[in-house]
Amino acid sequence: MSQKQNIQLPEGSLGKQTTTLNLGPTHPATHGVFQNILEMDGERIIDAVPTIGFIHRAFEKIAEHRPYYQITPLTDRLNYCSSPINNMGWHMTVEKLIHAELPKRVEYLRVIIMELSRIADHLVCNSVIGVDTGAFTGFIYVFELRELIYEIFEEVCGSRLTTNIGRIGGFERNFSELAFQKINHFLSVFPKAMKEFETLFNRNRIFMERTMGVGGIAAERALNYGFTGPNLRATGIDYDIRTAHPYSGYQDFDFSVPVGTTGDVYDRYLVRNAEIWESISIITQAVKKIKELDPSVFHADIPDFYLPEKADVYTKMEALIYHFKIVMGETAIPAGEVYHSVEGGNGELGFYLISDGGRSPYRLHFRRPCFIYYQAYPEIIKGSMLSDAVVTMSSLNLIAGEIDA
Amino acid sequence: MLTNEILQQRLTEKFGELVYNFEQPYGMLTFVTDRDNNLKVMNFLKESEDLGFTFLNDLTAVHYPDQLGKELAVVYMLQNIQAGLRIRFKVFTDITHPDVFTATGIFETANWLEREAYDFFGVNFVGHPNLIRIMNVEEMDYHPLRKEYPLEDQTRIDKDDDMFGR
Repeated sequence: MSQKQNIQLPEGSLGKQTTTLNLGPTHPATHGVFQNILEMDGERIIDAVPTIGFIHRAFEKIAEHRPYYQITPLTDRLNYCSSPINNMGWHMTVEKLIHAELPKRVEYLRVIIMELSRIADHLVCNSVIGVDTGAFTGFIYVFELRELIYEIFEEVCGSRLTTNIGRIGGFERNFSELAFQKINHFLSVFPKAMKEFETLFNRNRIFMERTMGVGGIAAERALNYGFTGPNLRATGIDYDIRTAHPYSGYQDFDFSVPVGTTGDVYDRYLVRNAEIWESISIITQAVKKIKELDPSVFHADIPDFYLPEKADVYTKMEALIYHFKIVMGETAIPAGEVYHSVEGGNGELGFYLISDGGRSPYRLHFRRPCFIYYQAYPEIIKGSMLSDAVVTMSSLNLIAGEIDA
Repeated sequence: MLTNEILQQRLTEKFGELVYNFEQPYGMLTFVTDRDNNLKVMNFLKESEDLGFTFLNDLTAVHYPDQLGKELAVVYMLQNIQAGLRIRFKVFTDITHPDVFTATGIFETANWLEREAYDFFGVNFVGHPNLIRIMNVEEMDYHPLRKEYPLEDQTRIDKDDDMFGR
């Protein structure tokens, strides 16, 4: 706006050259409650101020008043695109606190569930990038596959989105034969469909033009901003909790950590796709490994924390005592502070737990990956077009539930 | 290879009496420093070539109402990504003047995390570029994660469930 326009403004009017635009909180292109107050010069973004907290539910406060096993449903509602990872992360944090050793089979079963939810999470994110660049087909296409994953969750734990899957010490029940059939069915049909999905997008001219060089961030800045997960790996840093701090038996699996170079939307998309392929490989290995293990094991032998079989509660004295102690919160829990993190769908999901020996945590802090990296959003979109800001937002895999906790 | 022991040694060499209470709960080196030194310690950990804690993993606050004069703790967690090593340190401050220097000049990550700690606990991060509430409404006049506040608003009159002892 360098040219002086030939308009005589009345005395006292604002000589403002830019427009303030509210993007969100209920804009359909923001996929959740995100508000950004943008300062626009025409189509170009000069500044952005994100506002968050629209669905803040004070989980950290609620957690201080709940026994450990009742905190699992809270974690469901963080990143609800991959709830099982959050659930397992929480179980593992408590297991670390109480020094519980888990049988290999439980760890591998968890790996299967976690990798399935990673695939579901990445599918949503990647296909939504497609939607925001004008290609709806891929989105509809992969949701059929995501449905198969949700059917597996349903078979294992009874629910689909907010799963509350597993218990401290293992699973609440063993995997049924049908569950394994469904996993195998998924493994047989998914790769073909995934290839087709990639064919739709990877070398699609329009998609490439819309995403390459858009929303990029340098590795150094990403690290300074606390990026984790695929968004960090797209910049070229191979930081993956599964390899850096292995948990749940990930060290037994053979997989690689895909990285990108430029850290733009297209690289994030490619990294997620590559991760989906790695996840499939991990699940295949896990299914194979499980066949060699005792099929009756589905929880650790920690009667102080793991609820006994209901039939035993009615017939066995010991089971009744443990059941009572767990439900009434009479189990001794060690005091201490523990940090455990898992590789969530969008980054490092950490649980910082301080126990004073009481039945509920003294303090529980969730390290939510997208809360931390969302603060880089203004820097990323400054100088870009409004339509690029929308694509950038969906490529960052921002989940409002996780940001606001 | 960087280990907790080497780290502890390097820190005591550099800071002497200013870093204390070294522990290793669940394998993570944890120590306490005075609140005036938090940035010095952080800078040392980040900028020393052989340490390289270039990643601020987490920052949060904890309220200990029984520790008089040291009611609020600010907990920093840093990580050396190459070595896969994490370190945690705390600074304690009193609740009447909870002033702690901001880490935003060292890590951008700290910006929102400090706003969150301010919102929930009222830690005043001195020098923070934009220290306003992040989750709660601006009009709120207390810091809800402090221990004196019960989970539910006790002044609510629209709920009548005496039966369950609320």
